[in-house]
Amino acid sequence: MTGLESTLRGIVRAAAPIVIAGQGELLTERAGVINLSLDGTIMLSAMTAHVVARQTGSLVQAVLAAMAVGAVVALIVVFSSIALKLNQVAVGFVLTILCADLAVFLGKPHFNQPGKEMPHAPIPFLRDIPLLGPVLFDHNILIYFSLLLIVLMWFYIYRTRPGLTLRSIGEQPEAAFVRGTPVNALRYVYVVAGGALVGLAGATYSLSVKLGWKEDLSGEGWIALAIVIFGLWVPARVALGAYLIVGLRSIAIDLQDNDVIDLPSQIVNMLPWMLMIITLLVATSGALTRLDRYTPERFRPMMRRFTRAAPPRALGTTFEKH
Amino acid sequence: MRVELQHISKAFGRVRANQDISLTFEGGRIYAILGENGAGKSTLMKIMSGYQSADSGAILVNDQPATLSAPTDAIEHGIGMLYQDPLDFPPFTVLENFIAGRPGGFFPDSERARRAFLALTERFGFALDPDAYVDILTIGERQQLEIMRLLSLNVQVLVLDEPTTGISAEQKNALFSVLKSLARDDGMTIILVSHKLEDVIELCDYAFVLRRGRLVGQKAIPCPISDLVALMFGKVIERQERPLVVCGLPVLSVQDLRVISQRLTVEHLSLEVCESEVIGLAGLDGSGQAEFIRACTGLYPPENGVIRINGRDMTRASYHAFKRAGVAFLPAGRMEEGLIKGMTLTQHFALTLPSRAPWVNWMRAWRVTGERIQHFNVKGRPGSPVQTLSGGNQQRFALSLLPQKLRLLLLEHPARGLDVESANYIWEQLLARRANGTAIVFISAELDEIVAYSDGILVFFGGSVTLVEDPTEMTANRLGELIGGRL
Repeated sequence: MTGLESTLRGIVRAAAPIVIAGQGELLTERAGVINLSLDGTIMLSAMTAHVVARQTGSLVQAVLAAMAVGAVVALIVVFSSIALKLNQVAVGFVLTILCADLAVFLGKPHFNQPGKEMPHAPIPFLRDIPLLGPVLFDHNILIYFSLLLIVLMWFYIYRTRPGLTLRSIGEQPEAAFVRGTPVNALRYVYVVAGGALVGLAGATYSLSVKLGWKEDLSGEGWIALAIVIFGLWVPARVALGAYLIVGLRSIAIDLQDNDVIDLPSQIVNMLPWMLMIITLLVATSGALTRLDRYTPERFRPMMRRFTRAAPPRALGTTFEKH
Repeated sequence: MRVELQHISKAFGRVRANQDISLTFEGGRIYAILGENGAGKSTLMKIMSGYQSADSGAILVNDQPATLSAPTDAIEHGIGMLYQDPLDFPPFTVLENFIAGRPGGFFPDSERARRAFLALTERFGFALDPDAYVDILTIGERQQLEIMRLLSLNVQVLVLDEPTTGISAEQKNALFSVLKSLARDDGMTIILVSHKLEDVIELCDYAFVLRRGRLVGQKAIPCPISDLVALMFGKVIERQERPLVVCGLPVLSVQDLRVISQRLTVEHLSLEVCESEVIGLAGLDGSGQAEFIRACTGLYPPENGVIRINGRDMTRASYHAFKRAGVAFLPAGRMEEGLIKGMTLTQHFALTLPSRAPWVNWMRAWRVTGERIQHFNVKGRPGSPVQTLSGGNQQRFALSLLPQKLRLLLLEHPARGLDVESANYIWEQLLARRANGTAIVFISAELDEIVAYSDGILVFFGGSVTLVEDPTEMTANRLGELIGGRL
């Protein structure tokens, strides 16, 4: 394995939880709801997966338990928003703190204990393709899922009728209602599904990326939330954001380890974020829409979809029938 | 198809929007639901289209009782409604908007939907690109899209809520000819909700008139406009005669101005406005009037030329400098640019009243608000949030916020969206200011309004302007030709 291959492979692996959580939050926000509890949810579900795997020995049960945790937290968010008419941001924020503390408290006996790991499952033949093989096809099932999820999300949102309906309830719920869509029922479905994906992201940490339970996951959820905005609610862009931030983070650490740059580690940790803000500025400045002119006719609609994104207009609002 | 509303009543809190309304619509005819702002027209139609439910009463479709508890129920019974603000999805493409809400499987059959869509556009002569994004379409085009979507769902009764607000004259003509063809050739029932009498006379066969939530009369059309006005308001309103006022000193003087708007450049614009003079700016939307009026108040930089206020060169001065010179501007977007949503009337005055103190004199603000809203006949209380006022009251309130002594008042569509009575009241106030020496420059899309109130008319067309100095000879028809470029 060459150096480039192993670097890229490491990025695909390390970014997997953020990719999954990002796509989960994207699903939630496309339906018009903000689930701000990601950071705490990821910690709580990571801890749950670790503990369940240790006690039952079943990885399947561990993953399902983590997804259930994510789904339950999301259910609280959507229930308090739709049924109790509470502010989504406030509820999400409280939940993130609550879940993080709960994870630390409940996970104490299992802290730093050896955990179970998802078995490595390289895909025969495909793994032998140069560059792509080791980067994409030499992982475990959770990492494969993170890659597949990007394609699935794109396909679902832009190519299917339920995906069109999903976009419509996050954009203009009144108009969706007039067209016969049960807006609030669908919001429950998508928010809970999105939460389950966030739970899966947590399991991906404790069963694969950062094996075991170490309480150092704080911050990852906020990254996932940030890249949904960075990715302007487009699945491929959100994934790109995840790979970019993880890639920059690993480059910064490499450079520091090799004494190429001599800066305090806190400053080095900030560099990827600064680059990300600059990228976001470029992305939203309209410069990208000018790419249109240089795109071949055939790919223009695809290009436009990638560059012309905007937040779901009804994000964070509640819908009521008169 | 025959739709019968029986004893429909609906209340919002203490406001009784509809009281015991019974009426019948037959197939193949075009009906008008007429009434001033807040008469209950929209509520009644929303009940008929399943968007809201009535407190009591029944709806019969072809003599069978129908339960319409959601818009889709109404669609199933063949009743579709075009809402006043288009209920569509701007970031989607035209075709995606067309598909959303159509029955179908997991994968949308885009090709079939595209064929159906193109067949409809061809029949009605609408030029809509199925792959265009809706956020670049005009309101008129979005209406066309929505009408075709409803027609593709086999709607037999089409309700249109104020469809001519915000669309161009050509789009209106296209819309009306389509509606006539649908009623005549397809036997559909068309219901137009409107407070614009000209539209009703032009299009409809029959009018139902609502006032304060009750059905107060019905009339076959053609009939004299004054009959309908009498039904709408309970009395006939006449346009006031304007007292003659002698022009005084020049207030606004513009020399050889050049403004670049989004679509075109307006050149060689010169104008002199004296005290007590009213200048109407006519022209199709986007002909540069909006940029010109903003240049005269420091909100839009002119390319070159000179703007003088009271003889002083104010070209490219800031808005606040114009304000200090006695210039005020009322923009068209009352809620967007003029007033602050969520703040009460008193808070607006507290912000507006000149004061150097670091704290707010609420007693004074409260007192002044009470005085002014009484004087300007604003129906609202000092503590009411401004967005709870009706359109006409918002406009009156915006006027009441202006300083009493003004040299120049610039207005954009001062009577847009207002019924005849509110519009007349606004102009009474404006003419009273004119009598006190204030010069007035206003933009309007209503040609009658321009002809009725202007001492001089500036016509914008295709980048050039023509000044009509003696509007007494001008008629709305002649002015319509001018703004369309026929000299």
